[in-house]
Amino acid sequence: MAVSYAVAPRAYAGAPARGPITRLLEDERWLAVALLLPTVVLLGLFIAYPFVEGVVLSVTDAKVGIPGHFIGLDNFEKLWSDSIFRVAVRNTFVYTIVTTIFKLALGLWLAMLLNRHFKGKALTRAFILLPFIIPTVLSTFAWKWMFDPTFSVINWTLYRLSVIHGRINWLGDPDLAMISVIIVNVWRGVPFYAISLLAGLQTINPELQEAAAIDGARPWQRFWHVTWPLLLPVTMVVVLFSVIQTFADFQLVYVLTGGGPANATQLFATYAYQIGVGTGLLSEGAAISLAMFPVLLIVVIIQLLYIRRVETH
Amino acid sequence: MIEGAKWKRWVFFYIPLTAFVVSLLFPFYWMAVTTVRPDSELYRPWMAPNYAPFWTTRPTLEHVRGLLEETLFSTWMWNTMFIAIVSTIISLFCGLLAGYALSRLKFRFAGSLGTGIFVTYLVPQTLLFIPLADIIRNFKLGDSPWALILTYPTFLIPFCTWLLMGYFKAIPRELEECARIDGASRWKAMVYIIFPIAVPGILSAGIFAFTLSWNEFIYALVFISSPTQKTVPVGVTSELIRGDVFYWGQLMAGALLGSIPVAFVYSFFVEHYVAGLTGSVKG
Repeated sequence: MAVSYAVAPRAYAGAPARGPITRLLEDERWLAVALLLPTVVLLGLFIAYPFVEGVVLSVTDAKVGIPGHFIGLDNFEKLWSDSIFRVAVRNTFVYTIVTTIFKLALGLWLAMLLNRHFKGKALTRAFILLPFIIPTVLSTFAWKWMFDPTFSVINWTLYRLSVIHGRINWLGDPDLAMISVIIVNVWRGVPFYAISLLAGLQTINPELQEAAAIDGARPWQRFWHVTWPLLLPVTMVVVLFSVIQTFADFQLVYVLTGGGPANATQLFATYAYQIGVGTGLLSEGAAISLAMFPVLLIVVIIQLLYIRRVETH
Repeated sequence: MIEGAKWKRWVFFYIPLTAFVVSLLFPFYWMAVTTVRPDSELYRPWMAPNYAPFWTTRPTLEHVRGLLEETLFSTWMWNTMFIAIVSTIISLFCGLLAGYALSRLKFRFAGSLGTGIFVTYLVPQTLLFIPLADIIRNFKLGDSPWALILTYPTFLIPFCTWLLMGYFKAIPRELEECARIDGASRWKAMVYIIFPIAVPGILSAGIFAFTLSWNEFIYALVFISSPTQKTVPVGVTSELIRGDVFYWGQLMAGALLGSIPVAFVYSFFVEHYVAGLTGSVKG
């Protein structure tokens, strides 16, 4: 480092004449400013500003086209006593926790299967990611069609296998609707977990497994004492990412049930949409969205602390 | 790796793997079959004795024709393509510069800015869509593709920056220092030495950004109102259902055709896509 700095001025003197801008950009700090400017402007304008605007909106009584007046925390108090909001909060937690458990378990299983050597491995891996890359709304429509009470292929299959005897109204029954939404979310999320965890598995030295096997460790012990601790950092990051996405999910529920029947699948985001956009109560909608913020903040902080801990080790 | 008796291999490997593959891919198969199935077969209740769900004997392209001729589907395809490409280019440009600055340059606030960008990466669109809709209206951007082109980078730039930072960190500093000793300016060393080495990273970030913008839904749903300006996901959701009637043939044709650009890009760059995906969580 020291050498290059000592040499640089001499080379600089011999270099062709430079304009003032080039010379300014030789200074690391000015170059940094120039390079970061477009990003900071865009993110400031469309993330930081809307966030502040959202907080401001949530303490007013603004509606579409009508600027609001300051009303303090009335919107949040109203939410607190709003039974639909409470249902949405409960649903969001159930949805996030249940799908995360299934996505992690199935994703890990699939990752372990894919971590072996077999014919057509690359092709299998490529196809398995499809649910994750195909636009969610479009694949969710396929599910909505598969769940259709009259034309359901799932019902037909279960009926033929003698699992059921009558028709199942997947999206019309409140309990089943939640289960259906969870199934689709798990279906869409498993590939992401599997491929990310597979990448984690591939960084683990197979010799560790072999050494444990020679020492007489059974497959389950090898997984629990060798693989799992080494996989934990990747798993943590994947889970935290996915928790944020699931907690704030919108499109899947919007297409499948629209939050119904009778708010049985209403989530934060779908309720915020219904109030803020559907009925035009901007300030209340903004308040519902913002109510997600504390939970998201906690997850982000855990993630940042965790990444920092892993980096310092 | 596969050890033990033959039945063990089947029970612990082939059967579960097949089950995974079939259940993960079945909805796409179902999409394709529905697309080519004539209406007379389509609306036959599953209880009917002649319900044959998994194939059709009389395939038809009627739904595809109807979709392309009677609806604005092709317009939505072009809209989505335009928006996805332009916002990807903007995000790559910003992400490249920012990623370089954050991984290579020493300046005050470098650490906190990096953390800040990482945090914006985690901000879900559903947190901000209501105030953002208000801002879009105030900027007179409502109902125009620019509303989406300018807002999509908010979730694409942090991702691109994060991914590219990883690539830049892996490139040895000596390369740049050599170029600078030979008289290149910092700017030139960056553009001509470092960026070309980072091309695989740029490709990964670009492909990932393209699929993310093709997939985006809530901003497009809220910011765009006229049918001719819509993107594929929003158009399919709002325009193909007339009244309460679902035209399933056309809907599935729309879902299938609307997935093709993403699947096409993906099929050519699977490795880059996977690198982007795993890079995005490794950081």
